[in-house]
Amino acid sequence: MGSLLSVTDLTVEYPTRFGVFTAIERINLSLEPGEIHGLVGESGAGKSTIGAAIIGLIAAPGYIANGDVKLHGESLRSLSADAYHKLRGAKISMIFQDPQTSLNPLLTIEDQMVETIRQHSDVSYSEARAQALALLEETGIRDAQSRMSEYPHQFSGGMRQRVVIALALCTNPDLIIADEPTTALDVSIQKQILALIRELAQTRKVGFILITHDIGVIAEITDSVTVLRGGKLMETGKTAQVLGTPQHEYTKALMAAVPRLDKRLDRFSNILQDEPDLPTPELLWKVEGASDTFATDWLLRGERQAAHDGPVLSVRDLEVTFNASGTFSWRKSEGFKALKNINLDVMPGQVMGVIGESGSGKSTLAKAIVGLVRPSAGQMQFNGAPLPYGRDRGRNHAARRKIQMVFQDPYSSLNNRRKIEDIIGEPIRFFGLADDRAERRKIVASVLDLVEMPQRAMLKYPHQFSGGQRQRIAVARALVARPEFLICDEPTSALDVSIQAQILNLLKDLQGKFGLSILFISHNLAVVRQMSDQVAVLKNGELVETGAADAFFEAPQHAYSKLLLSETPSLASIAA
Amino acid sequence: MLAYWRRVKIENELIYLFLRSPVTQVAAIVALVSVLGALLAPLIAPTNPYDLASFDLLDSFYPPSWTDQGDPRFLIGTDDQGRDLLSAILYGTRLSLLVGVSSVAFAAVLGTSLGIAAGYFGGRFDAVVMRIADVQLSLPAILTALLVDGVTRGIMPREQHEDLLLVVLTVAIGLSLWVNFARTARASTFVERNKEYVQAAEIMGLHPMRIMAVAILPNILGPLMVIGTIDLAVAILLEATLSFLGVGVPPNTPSLGTLIRVGTEYIFSGEWWIVIFPAMSLIFLIISVNILGDFFRTVLNPRLR
Amino acid sequence: MIAFILRRLLQSIFVMLAVSLLAFLLFRYVGDPVAVMVGQETSIEDQERLREQLGLNDPVWTQYTRFLGNLVTGDFGFSYRTRQPIGEMILSRMPATLELGFVSLLISLIVGIPAGIYTALKNDGVIANAILITTLIGVSIPTFVIGIFLIYLFGVQLGWLPTFGRGDTVAIGWWTTNFLTVDGLRALILPALTLGIYQLTLTMRLVRSEMQDVMNTDFIKFAVARGIDYRSVHYRHALRNSMVPVVTIIGLQFGGIIAFSIVTESVFQWPGMGLLFLDSIKFVDIPVMSVYLVIIALIFVVINLIVDILYFVIDPRVRLSPEAG
Repeated sequence: MGSLLSVTDLTVEYPTRFGVFTAIERINLSLEPGEIHGLVGESGAGKSTIGAAIIGLIAAPGYIANGDVKLHGESLRSLSADAYHKLRGAKISMIFQDPQTSLNPLLTIEDQMVETIRQHSDVSYSEARAQALALLEETGIRDAQSRMSEYPHQFSGGMRQRVVIALALCTNPDLIIADEPTTALDVSIQKQILALIRELAQTRKVGFILITHDIGVIAEITDSVTVLRGGKLMETGKTAQVLGTPQHEYTKALMAAVPRLDKRLDRFSNILQDEPDLPTPELLWKVEGASDTFATDWLLRGERQAAHDGPVLSVRDLEVTFNASGTFSWRKSEGFKALKNINLDVMPGQVMGVIGESGSGKSTLAKAIVGLVRPSAGQMQFNGAPLPYGRDRGRNHAARRKIQMVFQDPYSSLNNRRKIEDIIGEPIRFFGLADDRAERRKIVASVLDLVEMPQRAMLKYPHQFSGGQRQRIAVARALVARPEFLICDEPTSALDVSIQAQILNLLKDLQGKFGLSILFISHNLAVVRQMSDQVAVLKNGELVETGAADAFFEAPQHAYSKLLLSETPSLASIAA
Repeated sequence: MLAYWRRVKIENELIYLFLRSPVTQVAAIVALVSVLGALLAPLIAPTNPYDLASFDLLDSFYPPSWTDQGDPRFLIGTDDQGRDLLSAILYGTRLSLLVGVSSVAFAAVLGTSLGIAAGYFGGRFDAVVMRIADVQLSLPAILTALLVDGVTRGIMPREQHEDLLLVVLTVAIGLSLWVNFARTARASTFVERNKEYVQAAEIMGLHPMRIMAVAILPNILGPLMVIGTIDLAVAILLEATLSFLGVGVPPNTPSLGTLIRVGTEYIFSGEWWIVIFPAMSLIFLIISVNILGDFFRTVLNPRLR
Repeated sequence: MIAFILRRLLQSIFVMLAVSLLAFLLFRYVGDPVAVMVGQETSIEDQERLREQLGLNDPVWTQYTRFLGNLVTGDFGFSYRTRQPIGEMILSRMPATLELGFVSLLISLIVGIPAGIYTALKNDGVIANAILITTLIGVSIPTFVIGIFLIYLFGVQLGWLPTFGRGDTVAIGWWTTNFLTVDGLRALILPALTLGIYQLTLTMRLVRSEMQDVMNTDFIKFAVARGIDYRSVHYRHALRNSMVPVVTIIGLQFGGIIAFSIVTESVFQWPGMGLLFLDSIKFVDIPVMSVYLVIIALIFVVINLIVDILYFVIDPRVRLSPEAG
């Protein structure tokens, strides 16, 4: 029984038109003052619902069907709506995921803080302002005196999240629910925010419920943890114990799926098969003659470039400048240099990992290579031949087929209005890789087989698939063009870890089978470690370090690389 | 079959929500009745109001058949020229819907293609289209329609103008409505063109026309459909308003607007039915179209639910 | 701030230039000005002399710049129909339209905004639903039908209010006003209601949807999670944020009001600019049409400029962004 918070048998249900949906079922939790308790799970685990239930803000039409929430031993379920609202802020507060949207854009920081403070305590304006100022300083806002009269949009993402934390704290609550507080932030800022939360828990004895999908974050700062799946509690206990020696099968599988920063594995093992088994007719539906071996043969049949000695892709002194000027302005503005002086070689059959935080220019690099963005200077060579810029690259240029891309967001990378058959068939049709419709069908079905999807998937639309399945389809679409060079731009960052492990395994298998050269872009160092032979680190549009992957992760040379590596939350402390 | 329907009823959002909204169902029925009445007017109308031989000035001002002076030949009475009001309304609705639908179609084709191209290509082209749209916006719909009408009166000889009046009316109303489609199409295209499936198509080197028509257009049809429905109501309303002002359809052609205009002249002398029935038909038609538009908007934008 | 306003001003000038070009083309090429000005019996030579006098043989651009110059100096030319100076004709009728439009806008805002807020906050209430259905009907009834109905009810059946004309007005300089006499005010009621009801429903639905959008944002959820008083959440946080887009649309609405005043003026025989325009269309009085066009666009552009400046006051993101300078 936690002396601060205890949740017993909590069940939340949502009536939907498909029947009653149980979002969380018989959840038990307890928390002491100053304790940080993590709620971890993949999407649909119900972790945010628990947070909402504790603070009494379950989205309509959901309701608590069973169980109780006790704060300091007092039941909250029996409270009237008014009494509950008085409790919010005063005793329980909340931090949201995206600092960009959680502050009122039309009010200054001072306005918002003073209003919150005076809402809960009977102090004068100047007294409240003084308290707010002290808090902003405590949460690490420099120049708080002058900055508190600014508006939210004048703060950077990390600073804004500090303001959000100060706002959540300014009424001295006993419990703060932090829902993915660092997910929208870069690792370096994430580290600072997590340190701040840790410090506040210790000095102010505030209890935190930290909701996250990131096991690294859990390992980094929580004292105890609850692992959830599909609304049910899988395992709970001290963090070191749960993550170090997991007892439940799910926790074990989850831990196995987390990419490790300290060593490269050939493959992820012990992967959860959480896709429900499809009914047999689904699996039995086949296009005649289609199979994964046919796909392999077909893909290998493509004409190969006569063995070229040098790099597949070679980038020299590449520079990309974005013009900030408006459409009708006549003066040329300075523009913003997204990439400066980039030199990069990708060798055949190798995977080059590109690491960078948001705004580092890593996606711009990908876009410059595929011709979506026009570089302002430099050369690119593909298989030893110069690669024209942007729109100069004709629609029938060979590189349009030989360079393919897998995108980050599987929900936006497939056209929702077209059948999978048409989506995967488009490159075959466009590049004239099949003689007739029947052959195209056979290829599509076979490639689906190759990416471990049922062939019948070709008859459906994208919205009928999960994120992981969509990403498999996206990989299939890239593959049927018979590319030699594949660019993967954050291909797994929108996916749950167990799905991420599946997709990474798939990419590894395909890379081995077809000898693809890959440019693998990610902000996640552990993922890059698992995939890459070579590594390049981008910072503010400049390449700060390149080299062999193993050497890089053992002993990075550049100060920024060292910083990045040290700031990435690691399981090393626990998973010894 | 029944089992299939039961599944569709739950899984298809549109049908599911439709079956739970009695107001929308009533609106759909009213709209359907109006459309059917208009389509089948030549078959079901007792007389043909365009046929001068079919009515007689002696029959004018008969009140509805259920009143004391009513005549069973004329269910809801006759107008000042002795035309059967029911037939006039059926034919009038036919005309209103014809002008409404064709002007919305005109506006939709013009606005959508300009909007998609502006959103997709951006830059100068976008700026020019949007500035034109700004100018168009500063001339409200009714003003544009009046102007086009006035201009054509100036350009064409009188007889030719009367012949082409319906075309002029359609173009006038269509021109005043294209901006809605253009802005919606452009805004949606902006969102879509940054999505990765469009980039995937661009990387392959697909022709921009194919990207716009095959990839983008189907994905932005939803909001355009909402605009189309709401604008249909606006177009019918505009047609009626212009006809009421005497600059729409020719004065002797029965449209809901002209019927109401004629009716207002007799409202003070007690012949209420001449104005009430056309006005009611018009209002019910527009309300039902508006309710359907509202329904589509709610379905497509779950936040509003 | 100044750069921002200057940029908007530039855009407005562009719109005005485009509209004046349109008006010029209308004026110059729709029908033959000379043929309309002179009688049938005038000889070809006389017509040709007149043509030369009027400068109609000059290059198009010269004619356009002259047209523009005349507009800027307030010389609007003469009506084909009445032979009066158009400037005077429009000026004498402008107060009637502007007063009518102003009162209608007031009605639309005073009733529409609170009703919008109410229906946004009480999403499922019986009254909110009733209001919503009423507004849907309101949007669907053509202005002229509303006018006829009001005339029938209050004018014919009850006999309470006048049904046509402006009634007694008071002249202040060239401006004539309805606001200073009881008769004038009574005459204003029905037309203003007719014009206001449609706009009212638009305002209400707009405020409602904006407010609902804002109520779904994270910062409102965060404010609730901090225990901020619901009244402050609704009015201090949500309402202010929803006003940003509402202000823009109200600017557009005034244009709509001016346009629909044509209909209202026709129903109530209200002697405003709209009625004049309608007459000029029926009699193909091209110069009046083109000047009316320019003046409407000017009113519209000025109002939008004011809206932009209001935007600036309300939204710090516009005010404090580096772009705004």
